[in-house]
Amino acid sequence: MILVLIDHDRGELDQLSLRALTAARKLGQDVEAIVISKEGAALAGIVGEYGAKVLHVATHANLTDYTPMASGRALKDLVEKLKPAAVLAAGSPRGNEQLAHLAAFLDLPMAAECSEITLGSPHHVLRARWAGNLIESANVHSDLLIASVLAFSTEPESVNGGAASVSEFEPSLQPSDYAVKVLSRDAGESKGGVTLVDAKVIVSGGRGVGGPDGFGQIEELANLLGGTVGCSRVVTSSGWRPHAEQVGQTGTKVAPDLYIAAGISGAMQHIAGMKNSKTIVVINTDPEAPILSYADYAIIGDLHQVIPALTSAIREAKG
Amino acid sequence: MDILVCLKRVPLAGGTLILTPDSRDIETKHLGFGISPHEENAVEAGVQLVEQMGGTLTLLTLGPSDAEEQLRSQLAIGATRAVLIETDGQEWDPQGTAAALIDAINAEETKFDLIIFGAESADSAGYQIHIRVAHALNRPIITNVKSMKVENGVAVCDRVVAAGREHYEVALPAIVTVRDGLNIPRYPSVPGRMQARKKPVDMKKAEPRVPKLEKVNLALAPSKAKGAEVLGNGADAVPALVEVLKKIGAF
Repeated sequence: MILVLIDHDRGELDQLSLRALTAARKLGQDVEAIVISKEGAALAGIVGEYGAKVLHVATHANLTDYTPMASGRALKDLVEKLKPAAVLAAGSPRGNEQLAHLAAFLDLPMAAECSEITLGSPHHVLRARWAGNLIESANVHSDLLIASVLAFSTEPESVNGGAASVSEFEPSLQPSDYAVKVLSRDAGESKGGVTLVDAKVIVSGGRGVGGPDGFGQIEELANLLGGTVGCSRVVTSSGWRPHAEQVGQTGTKVAPDLYIAAGISGAMQHIAGMKNSKTIVVINTDPEAPILSYADYAIIGDLHQVIPALTSAIREAKG
Repeated sequence: MDILVCLKRVPLAGGTLILTPDSRDIETKHLGFGISPHEENAVEAGVQLVEQMGGTLTLLTLGPSDAEEQLRSQLAIGATRAVLIETDGQEWDPQGTAAALIDAINAEETKFDLIIFGAESADSAGYQIHIRVAHALNRPIITNVKSMKVENGVAVCDRVVAAGREHYEVALPAIVTVRDGLNIPRYPSVPGRMQARKKPVDMKKAEPRVPKLEKVNLALAPSKAKGAEVLGNGADAVPALVEVLKKIGAF
């Protein structure tokens, strides 16, 4: 049996977890899922649809918000009871973190960001390194495989399964497990609405935008396409835009249907965060900019002319 | 306040990576070395805290003896001293690395109030060493921190997530991992570089373990680079782009 950690934020499903569930199903064994905290029980339907037979729900009075060490303890308790062949989670910051706590509790190896998994003795994985530019072939010497699934390496596939049966359990938490927990949140740097990870359309600006004021036109285009604004690292380091909007290895990794990169030359670390987008459109004055080789379409020109023209042309076409 | 920052020497790879003939490592003959990007923010955070509150900042790394170069350059930023756990030059797996760091930390006379890591290494990105260290030292850990203050023995941290900011507070001693954007790392001054030459770097040895996450080899990821279809120049190309956007159903 393969156990998959389904991550959620106060009941809201992390979409990458469905990809991890699909990757687990491809290993040819029964798949069961675990969610941390009661709110996750509502995910039994979708988790079943993607192939998990059982949804284990870790419930405890102190599991009220993200508490990664407590997640690790809950995973450990369930692993010791069910003895799965592998525990998988999404290769997201939270997925990796919760699995690392499990691995630390059990003192077992963990393979992060795997694009391919073969169970065996030893287990074998292909995992991403150097922002996805290198693939490591590695053996994992452990009965239990603990691995996270590289974001966007597997397409989520529904099996039209019925709802998973819900099985609640109370993990043996110790106070130190929830010493670190989210105390409060604020919408902070985010404008609300569509987040980068969920956006179908992202319009990103880079150094070529020229300054914070230049982002007005980027925002306008993003709104018109029902999308959200992204940016490159230099933009956030210069304080033009908030860090929450940064796309790349040190920001957020995204894979929208449409990614428009305006005034972004395409450093390795930016490419790592957006190369999985379905359609990439580049607007750049430099025909030799590295990002062009990753793009589907390009307009060579100044974004300050192209974007306003594009915005009014789309308005007109929409009628 | 006594702070420890853990670092990793990594090659400064430009746009293209080249592998060694045995495909086990990156060819570094023509590359310079530095530390992982988030770690510059970790050192800067440590220097700022010591400037505000007094105390010491120790650097710790595991790597070849050449990693002294990276320690010296960070000592020049304002760290007090450094410890280098010298390896056989091979890359160690995460559990082996964590175990050596834990032994070195336990061997220190100083009981560090705060241990800071970068959120992930540039090269292997295993996402686990900091957590293994936290478990072994029985300390709380907050990861991916983008802003941090220390007040009355409590670390007040924010992490940025898709939906906004999450606030955390934890009593010291604790461990945090920090991300790019936490602060703007300073450049070393000339006097800083001079002083760094004389600052103590303790060399230690540790024995490698049989790796449980055993690297077999590396391969270059198949490039997704396909080359763009250039629709034209400037605003004149906009109608062609509008057609493309219509075709893919963008509006």
